[in-house]
Amino acid sequence: MKLQGKVWKFGNDVDTDLIIAARYLNSSDPAELARHCMEDADPRFASRVQPGDIIVAAKNFGCGSSREHAPIAIKAAGVSCVVAKSFARIFYRNAFNIGLPIFECPEIIDELKEGDTITVDAATGAITNLTTGKKYQAAPIPDFMRQIIEAGGLINYVKGRVKQGV
Amino acid sequence: MPMTITEKILAAAAGKDSVKPGELINARVDLVLANDITAPVAIKEFQKIGLERVWDKERVALVPDHFTPNKDIKSAEQAKLVRDFAHCQELTNYFEVGRMGIEHCLLPEQGLVGPGDVVIGADSHTCTYGALGAFATGVGSTDLAAAMALGETWFKVPESMKFIYNGRLNKWVGGKDLILYTIGKIGVDGALYRAMEFCGEAIRQLSMDGRFTMCNMAIEAGGKNGIIEPDEITRQYVEGRTKRPYTFYTSDPDASYAEVYEFDVTKIEPQVAFPHLPENARPVSEAGRVDIDQAVIGSCTNGRMEDLRLAAEVLKGKKVNKRVRLIIIPGTQEIYRQAMREGLFEIFLDAGAVISTPTCGPCLGGHMGILAKGERCIATTNRNFVGRMGHAESEVYLANPAVTAASAVTGRISHPEEVL
Repeated sequence: MKLQGKVWKFGNDVDTDLIIAARYLNSSDPAELARHCMEDADPRFASRVQPGDIIVAAKNFGCGSSREHAPIAIKAAGVSCVVAKSFARIFYRNAFNIGLPIFECPEIIDELKEGDTITVDAATGAITNLTTGKKYQAAPIPDFMRQIIEAGGLINYVKGRVKQGV
Repeated sequence: MPMTITEKILAAAAGKDSVKPGELINARVDLVLANDITAPVAIKEFQKIGLERVWDKERVALVPDHFTPNKDIKSAEQAKLVRDFAHCQELTNYFEVGRMGIEHCLLPEQGLVGPGDVVIGADSHTCTYGALGAFATGVGSTDLAAAMALGETWFKVPESMKFIYNGRLNKWVGGKDLILYTIGKIGVDGALYRAMEFCGEAIRQLSMDGRFTMCNMAIEAGGKNGIIEPDEITRQYVEGRTKRPYTFYTSDPDASYAEVYEFDVTKIEPQVAFPHLPENARPVSEAGRVDIDQAVIGSCTNGRMEDLRLAAEVLKGKKVNKRVRLIIIPGTQEIYRQAMREGLFEIFLDAGAVISTPTCGPCLGGHMGILAKGERCIATTNRNFVGRMGHAESEVYLANPAVTAASAVTGRISHPEEVL
Protein backbone atom coordinates (compact mmCIF):
# COMPACT_ATOMS: atom_id res chain seq x y z
CA MET A 1 0.00 0.00 0.00
CA LYS A 2 1.34 3.39 -0.98
CA LEU A 3 0.71 6.28 1.39
CA GLN A 4 0.89 9.78 -0.05
CA GLY A 5 0.46 13.14 1.57
CA LYS A 6 1.69 16.57 2.42
CA VAL A 7 4.34 16.86 5.11
CA TRP A 8 3.90 18.43 8.54
CA LYS A 9 7.39 18.89 9.91
CA PHE A 10 8.27 18.71 13.62
CA GLY A 11 11.54 18.78 15.57
CA ASN A 12 13.19 16.66 18.24
CA ASP A 13 11.48 15.09 21.28
CA VAL A 14 7.84 15.71 20.34
CA ASP A 15 6.27 14.45 23.57
CA THR A 16 2.89 12.86 24.14
CA ASP A 17 1.60 15.99 25.90
CA LEU A 18 2.22 17.91 22.67
CA ILE A 19 0.52 15.19 20.63
CA ILE A 20 -2.52 15.15 22.93
CA ALA A 21 -2.51 17.21 26.12
CA ALA A 22 -3.67 15.44 29.28
CA ARG A 23 -6.46 17.97 29.74
CA TYR A 24 -8.28 16.15 26.92
CA LEU A 25 -7.75 12.66 28.32
CA ASN A 26 -11.09 12.66 30.09
CA SER A 27 -12.27 11.17 26.80
CA SER A 28 -10.97 8.31 24.67
CA ASP A 29 -13.22 9.12 21.70
CA PRO A 30 -10.90 9.21 18.65
CA ALA A 31 -12.79 12.05 16.90
CA GLU A 32 -12.62 14.23 20.00
CA LEU A 33 -8.92 13.49 20.55
CA ALA A 34 -8.26 14.32 16.89
CA ARG A 35 -9.74 17.80 17.37
CA HIS A 36 -6.88 18.61 19.81
CA CYS A 37 -4.08 16.71 18.10
CA MET A 38 -0.69 18.55 18.28
CA GLU A 39 -2.49 21.54 19.82
CA ASP A 40 0.34 22.83 22.02
CA ALA A 41 2.94 22.26 19.29
CA ASP A 42 1.00 23.84 16.41
CA PRO A 43 -2.50 25.15 17.18
CA ARG A 44 -3.36 25.22 13.44
CA PHE A 45 -2.66 21.53 12.96
CA ALA A 46 -6.01 19.97 13.86
CA SER A 47 -8.09 22.33 11.72
CA ARG A 48 -5.79 22.25 8.70
CA VAL A 49 -4.56 18.65 8.50
CA GLN A 50 -5.88 16.81 5.42
CA PRO A 51 -6.61 13.09 5.12
CA GLY A 52 -3.41 11.32 4.08
CA ASP A 53 -1.03 14.01 5.38
CA ILE A 54 2.21 12.72 6.85
CA ILE A 55 4.03 13.82 10.00
CA VAL A 56 7.81 13.91 9.61
CA ALA A 57 9.79 14.51 12.81
CA ALA A 58 13.32 14.35 14.14
CA LYS A 59 14.48 12.14 17.02
CA ASN A 60 12.54 10.56 19.91
CA PHE A 61 9.01 11.18 18.58
CA GLY A 62 6.31 10.31 21.13
CA CYS A 63 8.45 10.50 24.27
CA GLY A 64 6.79 10.75 27.68
CA SER A 65 3.54 9.14 28.69
CA SER A 66 2.23 5.69 27.74
CA ARG A 67 -1.09 7.18 26.63
CA GLU A 68 -2.34 5.25 23.62
CA HIS A 69 -4.51 8.31 23.03
CA ALA A 70 -1.46 9.84 21.27
CA PRO A 71 -1.27 7.54 18.23
CA ILE A 72 -5.09 7.30 18.30
CA ALA A 73 -5.34 11.12 18.00
CA ILE A 74 -2.86 11.21 15.11
CA LYS A 75 -4.61 8.39 13.27
CA ALA A 76 -8.08 9.88 13.80
CA ALA A 77 -6.83 13.26 12.57
CA GLY A 78 -6.39 11.56 9.19
CA VAL A 79 -2.61 11.31 9.21
CA SER A 80 -1.59 8.33 7.08
CA CYS A 81 1.77 7.67 8.74
CA VAL A 82 4.57 9.14 10.83
CA VAL A 83 8.20 9.16 9.69
CA ALA A 84 10.86 10.07 12.26
CA LYS A 85 14.56 9.75 12.97
CA SER A 86 13.61 7.64 15.99
CA PHE A 87 10.60 6.88 18.16
CA ALA A 88 10.19 6.62 21.92
CA ARG A 89 9.71 3.00 22.95
CA ILE A 90 6.14 2.96 24.27
CA PHE A 91 4.84 5.12 21.41
CA TYR A 92 6.47 2.72 18.94
CA ARG A 93 4.63 -0.28 20.41
CA ASN A 94 1.35 1.62 20.71
CA ALA A 95 1.43 2.79 17.09
CA PHE A 96 1.68 -0.79 15.84
CA ASN A 97 -0.97 -1.96 18.25
CA ILE A 98 -3.56 0.57 17.08
CA GLY A 99 -2.64 0.40 13.41
CA LEU A 100 -0.86 3.71 12.81
CA PRO A 101 1.97 3.05 10.33
CA ILE A 102 5.31 4.48 11.47
CA PHE A 103 8.72 4.47 9.80
CA GLU A 104 12.21 5.16 11.06
CA CYS A 105 14.23 7.12 8.52
CA PRO A 106 17.03 9.33 9.86
CA GLU A 107 17.89 11.11 6.60
CA ILE A 108 14.68 12.54 5.19
CA ILE A 109 13.85 15.23 7.78
CA ASP A 110 16.93 17.31 7.08
CA GLU A 111 16.17 17.43 3.36
CA LEU A 112 12.50 18.35 3.18
CA LYS A 113 10.29 21.35 3.80
CA GLU A 114 6.89 21.53 5.43
CA GLY A 115 4.31 21.17 2.68
CA ASP A 116 6.41 18.90 0.46
CA THR A 117 4.51 15.87 -0.81
CA ILE A 118 5.99 12.45 -0.07
CA THR A 119 4.99 8.86 -0.71
CA VAL A 120 5.72 5.92 1.56
CA ASP A 121 5.47 2.31 0.43
CA ALA A 122 4.09 0.69 3.57
CA ALA A 123 5.32 -2.77 2.57
CA THR A 124 8.92 -1.93 1.66
CA GLY A 125 9.55 1.33 3.54
CA ALA A 126 10.61 3.07 0.32
CA ILE A 127 10.02 6.82 0.63
CA THR A 128 10.01 9.37 -2.20
CA ASN A 129 9.85 13.11 -1.86
CA LEU A 130 7.72 13.99 -4.90
CA THR A 131 8.55 17.69 -4.47
CA THR A 132 12.33 17.19 -4.72
CA GLY A 133 12.44 13.78 -6.42
CA LYS A 134 14.75 12.38 -3.74
CA LYS A 135 14.39 8.77 -2.57
CA TYR A 136 14.96 7.26 0.88
CA GLN A 137 14.71 3.88 2.59
CA ALA A 138 13.16 3.47 6.04
CA ALA A 139 14.44 0.84 8.47
CA PRO A 140 12.72 -2.53 7.94
CA ILE A 141 9.80 -3.37 10.24
CA PRO A 142 10.86 -6.11 12.72
CA ASP A 143 9.45 -9.56 11.80
CA PHE A 144 7.45 -9.91 14.98
CA MET A 145 5.76 -6.54 14.41
CA ARG A 146 4.99 -7.65 10.87
CA GLN A 147 3.27 -10.78 12.25
CA ILE A 148 1.10 -8.59 14.46
CA ILE A 149 0.22 -6.37 11.51
CA GLU A 150 -0.58 -9.41 9.36
CA ALA A 151 -2.83 -10.82 12.09
CA GLY A 152 -4.79 -7.54 11.95
CA GLY A 153 -3.37 -5.99 15.12
CA LEU A 154 -2.47 -7.24 18.59
CA ILE A 155 -6.03 -7.91 19.72
CA ASN A 156 -6.72 -10.16 16.73
CA TYR A 157 -3.38 -11.86 17.33
CA VAL A 158 -4.40 -12.55 20.93
CA LYS A 159 -7.85 -13.74 19.82
CA GLY A 160 -6.12 -16.26 17.57
CA ARG A 161 -4.03 -17.52 20.47
CA VAL A 162 -7.04 -17.72 22.79
CA LYS A 163 -8.90 -19.80 20.16
CA GLN A 164 -5.96 -22.18 19.93
CA GLY A 165 -6.22 -22.55 23.68
CA VAL A 166 -2.71 -21.19 24.30
CA MET B 1 26.48 -16.96 30.12
CA PRO B 2 26.96 -13.84 32.29
CA MET B 3 23.79 -11.75 32.54
CA THR B 4 22.62 -8.48 34.03
CA ILE B 5 19.85 -8.40 36.63
CA THR B 6 17.38 -7.31 33.93
CA GLU B 7 18.39 -10.23 31.68
CA LYS B 8 18.12 -12.73 34.55
CA ILE B 9 14.61 -11.62 35.49
CA LEU B 10 13.44 -11.72 31.88
CA ALA B 11 15.04 -15.13 31.29
CA ALA B 12 13.25 -16.56 34.32
CA ALA B 13 9.93 -15.04 33.21
CA ALA B 14 10.38 -16.51 29.73
CA GLY B 15 11.26 -19.94 31.15
CA LYS B 16 14.75 -19.84 29.65
CA ASP B 17 18.23 -20.43 31.05
CA SER B 18 19.50 -17.24 29.48
CA VAL B 19 18.51 -14.38 27.20
CA LYS B 20 20.56 -11.80 25.35
CA PRO B 21 19.86 -8.22 24.28
CA GLY B 22 17.78 -7.96 21.11
CA GLU B 23 16.10 -11.35 21.65
CA LEU B 24 12.29 -11.42 21.44
CA ILE B 25 10.66 -13.31 24.28
CA ASN B 26 7.23 -14.10 25.64
CA ALA B 27 7.33 -13.51 29.36
CA ARG B 28 4.79 -14.24 32.07
CA VAL B 29 3.87 -11.18 34.09
CA ASP B 30 3.37 -11.10 37.85
CA LEU B 31 1.14 -8.03 37.90
CA VAL B 32 -0.47 -5.69 35.40
CA LEU B 33 -1.89 -2.28 36.24
CA ALA B 34 -3.79 0.60 34.73
CA ASN B 35 -5.32 3.88 35.88
CA ASP B 36 -8.48 5.88 35.20
CA ILE B 37 -7.08 7.26 31.92
CA THR B 38 -5.54 4.13 30.44
CA ALA B 39 -7.85 1.44 31.85
CA PRO B 40 -10.98 2.54 29.95
CA VAL B 41 -9.17 2.00 26.63
CA ALA B 42 -7.68 -1.30 27.87
CA ILE B 43 -11.08 -2.55 29.03
CA LYS B 44 -12.66 -1.82 25.64
CA GLU B 45 -9.83 -3.69 23.90
CA PHE B 46 -10.04 -6.58 26.39
CA GLN B 47 -13.75 -6.92 25.65
CA LYS B 48 -12.98 -7.31 21.93
CA ILE B 49 -10.93 -10.43 22.69
CA GLY B 50 -14.13 -12.19 23.77
CA LEU B 51 -12.95 -13.64 27.07
CA GLU B 52 -15.30 -13.42 30.02
CA ARG B 53 -12.62 -13.20 32.69
CA VAL B 54 -9.18 -11.68 33.10
CA TRP B 55 -6.39 -14.23 33.50
CA ASP B 56 -6.06 -13.71 37.26
CA LYS B 57 -8.31 -11.47 39.32
CA GLU B 58 -5.60 -10.95 41.95
CA ARG B 59 -3.00 -9.76 39.47
CA VAL B 60 -4.86 -7.04 37.60
CA ALA B 61 -4.56 -3.84 39.63
CA LEU B 62 -6.72 -0.85 38.73
CA VAL B 63 -5.98 2.46 40.43
CA PRO B 64 -8.13 5.51 39.64
CA ASP B 65 -5.56 8.18 40.55
CA HIS B 66 -5.18 10.64 37.67
CA PHE B 67 -8.40 12.66 37.50
CA THR B 68 -9.77 11.55 40.87
CA PRO B 69 -11.61 12.45 43.01
CA ASN B 70 -13.50 12.90 39.73
CA LYS B 71 -12.68 16.34 38.39
CA ASP B 72 -15.55 16.61 35.92
CA ILE B 73 -18.41 14.63 34.42
CA LYS B 74 -16.33 12.99 31.72
CA SER B 75 -13.72 11.88 34.25
CA ALA B 76 -16.51 10.52 36.42
CA GLU B 77 -17.75 8.45 33.47
CA GLN B 78 -14.26 7.04 32.91
CA ALA B 79 -13.81 6.25 36.60
CA LYS B 80 -17.23 4.55 36.63
CA LEU B 81 -16.33 2.37 33.68
CA VAL B 82 -13.19 1.22 35.53
CA ARG B 83 -15.11 0.67 38.79
CA ASP B 84 -17.86 -1.35 37.07
CA PHE B 85 -15.31 -3.54 35.32
CA ALA B 86 -13.39 -4.10 38.56
CA HIS B 87 -16.55 -5.13 40.39
CA CYS B 88 -17.82 -7.31 37.58
CA GLN B 89 -14.43 -9.08 37.35
CA GLU B 90 -14.21 -9.21 41.17
CA LEU B 91 -10.71 -7.75 41.06
CA THR B 92 -8.93 -7.96 44.42
CA ASN B 93 -6.76 -4.95 43.74
CA TYR B 94 -9.12 -2.17 42.75
CA PHE B 95 -8.49 0.86 44.93
CA GLU B 96 -11.39 3.23 45.46
CA VAL B 97 -10.99 6.90 46.37
CA GLY B 98 -10.37 6.95 50.11
CA ARG B 99 -8.27 3.77 49.94
CA MET B 100 -6.50 4.83 46.79
CA GLY B 101 -3.08 6.36 46.27
CA ILE B 102 -0.86 7.38 43.39
CA GLU B 103 -0.35 4.00 41.72
CA HIS B 104 3.45 3.86 41.90
CA CYS B 105 3.48 4.90 45.56
CA LEU B 106 0.59 2.58 46.39
CA LEU B 107 1.41 -0.79 44.83
CA PRO B 108 4.85 -1.27 46.45
CA GLU B 109 3.46 0.04 49.76
CA GLN B 110 0.66 -2.54 49.61
CA GLY B 111 3.17 -5.32 48.92
CA LEU B 112 1.85 -6.02 45.44
CA VAL B 113 5.26 -5.79 43.76
CA GLY B 114 8.37 -7.60 44.93
CA PRO B 115 11.98 -8.23 43.92
CA GLY B 116 12.33 -10.35 40.79
CA ASP B 117 8.80 -9.61 39.56
CA VAL B 118 7.89 -8.74 35.99
CA VAL B 119 5.31 -5.96 35.95
CA ILE B 120 3.74 -4.05 33.09
CA GLY B 121 1.53 -1.06 33.58
CA ALA B 122 -0.43 1.22 31.29
CA ASP B 123 1.46 4.15 32.73
CA SER B 124 4.94 5.17 31.70
CA HIS B 125 6.17 5.52 35.29
CA THR B 126 5.63 1.82 35.97
CA CYS B 127 9.44 1.66 35.77
CA THR B 128 9.40 2.90 39.41
CA TYR B 129 9.30 -0.69 40.74
CA GLY B 130 12.80 -1.37 39.43
CA ALA B 131 13.87 0.13 42.77
CA LEU B 132 12.84 -3.19 44.35
CA GLY B 133 14.95 -5.21 41.92
CA ALA B 134 11.95 -6.00 39.72
CA PHE B 135 11.62 -5.63 35.96
CA ALA B 136 8.84 -3.11 35.40
CA THR B 137 7.95 -1.11 32.33
CA GLY B 138 5.19 1.02 30.87
CA VAL B 139 3.02 -0.09 27.97
CA GLY B 140 -0.06 1.20 26.18
CA SER B 141 -3.63 0.15 26.81
CA THR B 142 -3.79 -2.46 24.03
CA ASP B 143 -0.67 -4.26 25.28
CA LEU B 144 -2.23 -4.15 28.72
CA ALA B 145 -5.49 -5.64 27.43
CA ALA B 146 -3.56 -8.52 25.85
CA ALA B 147 -1.72 -9.17 29.12
CA MET B 148 -5.00 -9.01 31.07
CA ALA B 149 -6.17 -11.88 28.85
CA LEU B 150 -3.01 -14.00 28.65
CA GLY B 151 -0.96 -13.20 31.73
CA GLU B 152 2.03 -12.72 29.51
CA THR B 153 3.46 -10.24 27.06
CA TRP B 154 6.27 -9.98 24.53
CA PHE B 155 9.49 -8.07 25.09
CA LYS B 156 12.62 -7.33 23.18
CA VAL B 157 15.36 -7.91 25.76
CA PRO B 158 16.95 -4.49 26.24
CA GLU B 159 20.64 -3.71 26.27
CA SER B 160 21.73 -2.51 29.70
CA MET B 161 23.51 0.68 30.66
CA LYS B 162 25.33 0.84 33.97
CA PHE B 163 25.44 4.01 36.06
CA ILE B 164 27.89 3.95 38.97
CA TYR B 165 27.54 6.65 41.63
CA ASN B 166 30.68 6.94 43.77
CA GLY B 167 31.11 8.82 47.02
CA ARG B 168 28.76 10.07 49.70
CA LEU B 169 25.85 12.36 48.91
CA ASN B 170 25.97 16.01 49.92
CA LYS B 171 23.31 17.38 52.30
CA TRP B 172 20.04 18.13 50.43
CA VAL B 173 21.03 15.84 47.54
CA GLY B 174 18.90 12.73 46.97
CA GLY B 175 17.56 10.36 44.35
CA LYS B 176 15.83 13.19 42.47
CA ASP B 177 19.08 15.08 42.03
CA LEU B 178 20.99 11.99 40.91
CA ILE B 179 18.43 11.14 38.27
CA LEU B 180 18.05 14.74 37.00
CA TYR B 181 21.85 15.00 36.84
CA THR B 182 22.02 11.72 34.91
CA ILE B 183 19.31 12.72 32.43
CA GLY B 184 21.14 16.03 32.03
CA LYS B 185 24.24 14.08 31.02
CA ILE B 186 22.68 11.57 28.61
CA GLY B 187 19.59 13.41 27.32
CA VAL B 188 15.90 12.50 27.09
CA ASP B 189 16.66 9.70 24.64
CA GLY B 190 20.03 8.77 26.11
CA ALA B 191 18.74 5.41 27.30
CA LEU B 192 16.22 4.78 24.51
CA TYR B 193 15.00 1.13 24.54
CA ARG B 194 17.59 0.29 27.21
CA ALA B 195 17.71 -0.86 30.84
CA MET B 196 19.25 1.69 33.22
CA GLU B 197 21.01 -0.09 36.08
CA PHE B 198 21.90 2.19 38.99
CA CYS B 199 24.66 1.10 41.36
CA GLY B 200 27.58 2.27 43.47
CA GLU B 201 28.18 3.51 47.00
CA ALA B 202 25.71 6.40 46.76
CA ILE B 203 22.89 4.11 45.64
CA ARG B 204 23.53 1.77 48.58
CA GLN B 205 23.07 4.80 50.89
CA LEU B 206 19.72 5.72 49.34
CA SER B 207 16.53 4.81 51.18
CA MET B 208 13.83 2.89 49.31
CA ASP B 209 12.01 6.21 48.77
CA GLY B 210 15.08 7.71 47.07
CA ARG B 211 15.47 4.61 44.94
CA PHE B 212 11.85 4.73 43.83
CA THR B 213 12.42 8.33 42.74
CA MET B 214 15.43 7.37 40.63
CA CYS B 215 13.86 4.40 38.87
CA ASN B 216 10.64 6.39 38.38
CA MET B 217 12.38 8.79 36.02
CA ALA B 218 14.24 6.19 33.88
CA ILE B 219 11.49 6.78 31.30
CA GLU B 220 12.52 10.46 31.10
CA ALA B 221 15.78 9.27 29.54
CA GLY B 222 13.82 6.98 27.19
CA GLY B 223 14.72 3.90 29.25
CA LYS B 224 12.69 0.71 29.10
CA ASN B 225 13.29 0.12 32.80
CA GLY B 226 15.35 1.42 35.68
CA ILE B 227 16.69 -1.13 38.12
CA ILE B 228 18.65 -1.38 41.37
CA GLU B 229 20.04 -4.64 42.77
CA PRO B 230 18.16 -5.47 45.97
CA ASP B 231 20.08 -5.38 49.26
CA GLU B 232 19.46 -5.19 53.02
CA ILE B 233 17.47 -1.95 52.61
CA THR B 234 15.25 -3.70 50.08
CA ARG B 235 14.87 -6.69 52.39
CA GLN B 236 13.75 -4.50 55.28
CA TYR B 237 11.17 -2.86 53.04
CA VAL B 238 9.68 -6.04 51.59
CA GLU B 239 9.75 -8.29 54.66
CA GLY B 240 6.29 -8.66 56.08
CA ARG B 241 4.95 -6.47 53.29
CA THR B 242 5.30 -8.21 49.97
CA LYS B 243 2.50 -10.70 49.56
CA ARG B 244 4.01 -13.12 47.03
CA PRO B 245 7.36 -14.99 47.28
CA TYR B 246 10.18 -12.96 45.82
CA THR B 247 13.67 -13.51 44.45
CA PHE B 248 16.74 -11.31 44.77
CA TYR B 249 18.61 -11.20 41.47
CA THR B 250 22.01 -9.58 40.96
CA SER B 251 24.08 -8.82 37.89
CA ASP B 252 27.03 -11.09 37.18
CA PRO B 253 30.35 -9.25 37.61
CA ASP B 254 31.24 -9.99 33.98
CA ALA B 255 27.81 -9.14 32.50
CA SER B 256 28.04 -6.93 29.45
CA TYR B 257 26.77 -3.34 29.20
CA ALA B 258 26.21 -1.16 26.15
CA GLU B 259 27.64 1.78 28.09
CA VAL B 260 29.01 2.46 31.56
CA TYR B 261 28.88 5.88 33.24
CA GLU B 262 30.66 6.73 36.46
CA PHE B 263 29.82 9.80 38.55
CA ASP B 264 31.42 11.36 41.61
CA VAL B 265 28.41 12.37 43.68
CA THR B 266 30.45 14.57 46.02
CA LYS B 267 30.45 17.06 43.12
CA ILE B 268 26.67 16.95 42.66
CA GLU B 269 24.51 19.63 44.27
CA PRO B 270 20.69 19.87 44.19
CA GLN B 271 19.51 20.02 40.58
CA VAL B 272 16.76 21.95 38.80
CA ALA B 273 15.51 20.93 35.34
CA PHE B 274 14.48 23.97 33.35
CA PRO B 275 11.62 24.03 30.83
CA HIS B 276 10.74 22.23 28.67
CA LEU B 277 12.67 18.96 29.00
CA PRO B 278 13.95 16.99 32.00
CA GLU B 279 17.41 16.99 30.36
CA ASN B 280 17.77 20.74 31.00
CA ALA B 281 19.18 20.05 34.44
CA ARG B 282 21.57 22.44 36.15
CA PRO B 283 22.81 22.94 39.70
CA VAL B 284 20.45 25.12 41.74
CA SER B 285 23.34 27.55 42.34
CA GLU B 286 23.33 28.25 38.61
CA ALA B 287 19.57 28.75 38.31
CA GLY B 288 19.77 32.53 38.39
CA ARG B 289 16.72 34.48 39.48
CA VAL B 290 13.56 32.58 38.59
CA ASP B 291 10.42 33.87 40.32
CA ILE B 292 7.67 31.31 40.83
CA ASP B 293 3.90 31.42 41.23
CA GLN B 294 3.30 27.87 42.46
CA ALA B 295 5.18 25.01 44.10
CA VAL B 296 4.00 21.39 44.07
CA ILE B 297 5.32 18.65 46.35
CA GLY B 298 3.97 15.21 45.50
CA SER B 299 3.53 12.78 42.56
CA CYS B 300 4.74 9.23 41.89
CA THR B 301 8.25 10.69 41.81
CA ASN B 302 8.35 12.49 45.19
CA GLY B 303 5.12 11.93 47.11
CA ARG B 304 6.53 9.56 49.77
CA MET B 305 7.28 9.94 53.50
CA GLU B 306 10.93 10.89 53.09
CA ASP B 307 9.90 13.61 50.63
CA LEU B 308 7.31 15.07 52.99
CA ARG B 309 9.79 14.97 55.91
CA LEU B 310 12.36 16.86 53.85
CA ALA B 311 9.79 19.48 52.91
CA ALA B 312 8.75 19.83 56.57
CA GLU B 313 12.38 20.22 57.65
CA VAL B 314 12.65 23.24 55.38
CA LEU B 315 9.19 24.65 56.07
CA LYS B 316 9.21 24.38 59.87
CA GLY B 317 8.53 27.81 61.33
CA LYS B 318 8.55 29.43 57.87
CA LYS B 319 5.82 31.06 55.79
CA VAL B 320 5.11 30.44 52.13
CA ASN B 321 5.81 33.60 50.14
CA LYS B 322 2.64 35.66 49.76
CA ARG B 323 2.81 35.47 45.94
CA VAL B 324 3.12 31.68 45.93
CA ARG B 325 0.66 28.77 46.23
CA LEU B 326 2.26 25.69 47.80
CA ILE B 327 0.38 22.46 47.11
CA ILE B 328 1.39 19.32 49.00
CA ILE B 329 0.04 15.95 47.88
CA PRO B 330 0.86 12.85 49.96
CA GLY B 331 1.13 9.84 47.64
CA THR B 332 -1.19 7.44 49.49
CA GLN B 333 -3.68 7.35 52.33
CA GLU B 334 -1.06 5.64 54.51
CA ILE B 335 1.48 8.35 53.79
CA TYR B 336 -1.21 10.93 54.49
CA ARG B 337 -1.97 9.37 57.86
CA GLN B 338 1.69 8.95 58.79
CA ALA B 339 2.50 12.57 57.86
CA MET B 340 -0.42 13.68 60.03
CA ARG B 341 0.77 11.54 62.97
CA GLU B 342 4.28 12.95 62.73
CA GLY B 343 2.92 16.48 62.92
CA LEU B 344 3.99 17.40 59.40
CA PHE B 345 0.53 18.73 58.57
CA GLU B 346 0.81 21.29 61.37
CA ILE B 347 4.06 22.53 59.83
CA PHE B 348 2.54 22.66 56.34
CA LEU B 349 -0.64 24.39 57.49
CA ASP B 350 1.28 26.89 59.62
CA ALA B 351 3.41 27.71 56.60
CA GLY B 352 0.30 28.40 54.52
CA ALA B 353 0.35 25.34 52.26
CA VAL B 354 -2.66 23.41 50.99
CA ILE B 355 -2.70 19.63 51.60
CA SER B 356 -4.51 17.51 49.03
CA THR B 357 -5.88 14.00 49.01
CA PRO B 358 -3.64 11.64 46.97
CA THR B 359 -3.95 12.30 43.22
CA CYS B 360 -1.71 12.72 40.17
CA GLY B 361 -3.67 15.98 39.74
CA PRO B 362 -1.44 18.88 38.68
CA CYS B 363 1.57 16.76 37.60
CA LEU B 364 -0.09 16.09 34.26
CA GLY B 365 -2.21 19.24 34.16
CA GLY B 366 -5.32 17.37 35.27
CA HIS B 367 -6.62 19.36 38.24
CA MET B 368 -5.67 20.63 41.72
CA GLY B 369 -3.22 23.29 40.61
CA ILE B 370 -3.37 24.23 36.91
CA LEU B 371 -1.17 27.07 35.68
CA ALA B 372 -2.35 30.20 33.88
CA LYS B 373 -0.60 31.70 30.86
CA GLY B 374 2.87 32.88 31.81
CA GLU B 375 2.88 31.28 35.27
CA ARG B 376 5.85 29.36 36.62
CA CYS B 377 5.82 26.37 38.94
CA ILE B 378 8.61 24.51 40.70
CA ALA B 379 7.56 20.92 41.25
CA THR B 380 8.86 17.61 42.54
CA THR B 381 7.10 15.94 39.59
CA ASN B 382 8.72 14.25 36.60
CA ARG B 383 7.94 16.17 33.44
CA ASN B 384 8.29 19.80 32.42
CA PHE B 385 7.03 19.53 28.85
CA VAL B 386 5.23 22.42 27.13
CA GLY B 387 1.75 22.73 28.66
CA ARG B 388 2.35 19.86 31.08
CA MET B 389 0.75 21.61 34.08
CA GLY B 390 -1.63 23.92 32.28
CA HIS B 391 -1.39 26.70 29.72
CA ALA B 392 0.97 26.09 26.80
CA GLU B 393 2.82 29.25 27.83
CA SER B 394 3.30 28.22 31.46
CA GLU B 395 6.55 26.75 32.77
CA VAL B 396 7.50 23.86 35.07
CA TYR B 397 10.85 23.50 36.84
CA LEU B 398 11.69 20.08 38.30
CA ALA B 399 13.49 19.76 41.64
CA ASN B 400 13.71 17.77 44.87
CA PRO B 401 11.25 18.38 47.76
CA ALA B 402 13.69 20.49 49.84
CA VAL B 403 14.49 22.85 46.96
CA THR B 404 10.79 23.08 46.10
CA ALA B 405 9.87 23.90 49.71
CA ALA B 406 12.64 26.50 49.99
CA SER B 407 11.53 28.10 46.73
CA ALA B 408 7.96 28.31 48.02
CA VAL B 409 9.28 30.33 50.97
CA THR B 410 11.46 32.75 49.01
CA GLY B 411 9.20 33.00 45.97
CA ARG B 412 12.05 32.16 43.61
CA ILE B 413 14.12 29.05 42.89
CA SER B 414 16.32 28.64 45.97
CA HIS B 415 18.73 26.29 47.69
CA PRO B 416 17.38 25.02 51.04
CA GLU B 417 20.33 26.63 52.85
CA GLU B 418 18.95 30.01 51.82
CA VAL B 419 15.98 29.70 54.17
CA LEU B 420 17.57 27.72 57.01
